Amino acid sequence: MKPVIAILKRDLLLAWRQGGGVGTAIGFFLTVMVLLPLGIGPDLGLLQKIAPGGLWIALLLSVLLSADRIYQIDYDDGSLEQMTLGPVPLELVAGAKAMAHWLSSGLPLAIAAPFLGFLLNLDTKLILPLLGAMVLGSIGLSLLASLGAAVTVGLRKGGLLVSLLVLPLYVPVLIFGISASAAGQAGPDISGSSFIILLAVTLVIVVVTPIASGAALRTFMR
Amino acid sequence: MARFEKFANPTQFLRLQGFLQPWVTAITIILFVVGLYLSLFVAPADYQQKETVRIMFVHVPAAWAGLMVYTVMALSSAVAIIFRHPLADVAAKSAAPIGLAFTFLSLVTGALWGKPMWGTYWVWDARLTSMFVLFLLYLGYMAIWQAIEDPHRAARISSIVALVGFINVPIIKFSVDWWNTLHQPASVFKMNGPAISPSILIPLLVMGAAYSFLFLALHLLALKTEVNARKLRQMQLAEAGKV
Repeated sequence: MKPVIAILKRDLLLAWRQGGGVGTAIGFFLTVMVLLPLGIGPDLGLLQKIAPGGLWIALLLSVLLSADRIYQIDYDDGSLEQMTLGPVPLELVAGAKAMAHWLSSGLPLAIAAPFLGFLLNLDTKLILPLLGAMVLGSIGLSLLASLGAAVTVGLRKGGLLVSLLVLPLYVPVLIFGISASAAGQAGPDISGSSFIILLAVTLVIVVVTPIASGAALRTFMR
Repeated sequence: MARFEKFANPTQFLRLQGFLQPWVTAITIILFVVGLYLSLFVAPADYQQKETVRIMFVHVPAAWAGLMVYTVMALSSAVAIIFRHPLADVAAKSAAPIGLAFTFLSLVTGALWGKPMWGTYWVWDARLTSMFVLFLLYLGYMAIWQAIEDPHRAARISSIVALVGFINVPIIKFSVDWWNTLHQPASVFKMNGPAISPSILIPLLVMGAAYSFLFLALHLLALKTEVNARKLRQMQLAEAGKV
């Protein structure tokens, strides 16, 4: 377990010191928040209606776009090769790195997002449910994005390909995330059970993605 | 197991393919002739939908086939990963474009039917959406094959992508159903027997069989092409090695 924690610490430290991680992602998020009303129109009533959806879409994209760094730098400078040779199975390495990505990008974004909802005239009652659903949902988002990063790690131009591979897999998280965060509108029953299903979906992702990422990394390291 | 491994030898496979291909193709043609005759001339027009109901005989089996091919692809990928069976990843790779075509066909025929019936080409209904997501999964799978140059690496990575997608298909289906349902519920596969009259059911099933055989015929052909393409590549590499 110790080496796993070491990897986690190292990745968090790198994310913190290298810069350009969380800050850029939140900047990206804000940009989407500006573009959305420009595209749709400044009608406050309409914006309030689409605010949870807009926030979720922006969250998906910012988590996805910040994920290519998870393996790329380590692949380029050879540290990934060292980890392959090390005692920790690659599945655990993948899990630890995805966890680090969540802590350094997914979680801050999920915490910031609902409070940036005021740009879209978000109903203040929705801030708390949105916060809970986004914090939980972003775990799955980070893991799936890290899987996308793992299957394209050796490729020169992975960016668009990752989006094509990962965004369809985001569908369940998005649907139950939205449904869980619409507490005020749909009634507590619906949002409660969607929250539980969101949890179930997240657990499936937690089990499947590190195994798949590990297998993918092993293929590229051979 | 011994028989299974026998087909790992491409030459053996090509011999089997050469034997099966004409038969499978003939059965496909017969099934399509019978199925299209039954569905276009024999089956009664619906009292509400009139003649447009006949689109269903092309549409529904295409959707079945789209799902079936993805299953075939995922199973082949699993075999490729677990047993390293050399033909399995060829099978998965060559199934994908066919499945993509079936899924596309079901989306297009659905849209053509939707215009007169629902008054719009596209609605964000649960089934349409999950077929659309399936279409995207096919695209992603084919894109990753294209993106990785080394064929062995590409085979393994795409197998992983196919399997992760396969695990997700039921979850996506479930979540999209939860999200919105407008499409008529399943009426053929039900616990207490089909809910539609035999005059429609029989042509539908014949068309389903026709699509399945069409897939088999195309898949055998695609497998042969892929095996030959790999042989060609090997020969070119050997030739380049001599110089």
